[in-house]
Amino acid sequence: MSILHIVNKSPYERNSVERAVEYLRDGDRLLLIEDAVYAVIRGGKAASLIDGRNAAVLGPDLAARGIAEEKMIDGIEVVDYAGFVDLVEACDKTQSWL
Amino acid sequence: MKLTIQVNEGPYQHQASDSAYHFTKAALEKGHEVFRVFFYHDGVNNGTRLTTPPQDDRNIVARWSELAEQHDLDLVICVAAAQRRGIVDDGEAERNGKDATNIAPGFRISGLGQLIEGGIQSDRLVVFGD
Repeated sequence: MSILHIVNKSPYERNSVERAVEYLRDGDRLLLIEDAVYAVIRGGKAASLIDGRNAAVLGPDLAARGIAEEKMIDGIEVVDYAGFVDLVEACDKTQSWL
Repeated sequence: MKLTIQVNEGPYQHQASDSAYHFTKAALEKGHEVFRVFFYHDGVNNGTRLTTPPQDDRNIVARWSELAEQHDLDLVICVAAAQRRGIVDDGEAERNGKDATNIAPGFRISGLGQLIEGGIQSDRLVVFGD
């Protein structure tokens, strides 16, 4: 039973990225949207939370915040909204960490 | 895949209504079925036709209405949340003695059971909010 964990708040504002990562199990995916995309910035304090966790990030929300892909840590999958839909389909259920 | 989308946040607040719209549109474009979009809490404010955003800004309410018309979407507003926030259709105006309505085209007001049904009938429930 895989879960897509969707987080939408900056890790510098709330602790939902940290909480979601604690609940990740094998086969689960983490998707960062809206202000949660700030977690992917290399050198940021929050980057270590998601490093090596097979996280995905919503590309349009990165672009809206001026975060170029070369500023990201390695191993992050960038998806568009169609890719967001694919992640929802690939996992058995979704959990939005609001 | 059959989807129900839940929107808990009003338009022009943060980003949830925009995210939900773009997700819903992408799912429809990929050929998935959207069983229902349920507007809950402040999300009911997505359903007032009286908004007038600046002409160079996106019209979030009209965008939902247009998507509903194009794809025959079921946009449901939670009745208890709507009563608190003044979202009114003909039935609610009559029942509560209001002198006007403001519900936008394509939306309807109903109960929380519609959300539960959406969760049961759909393969996935995706929640957008704050």
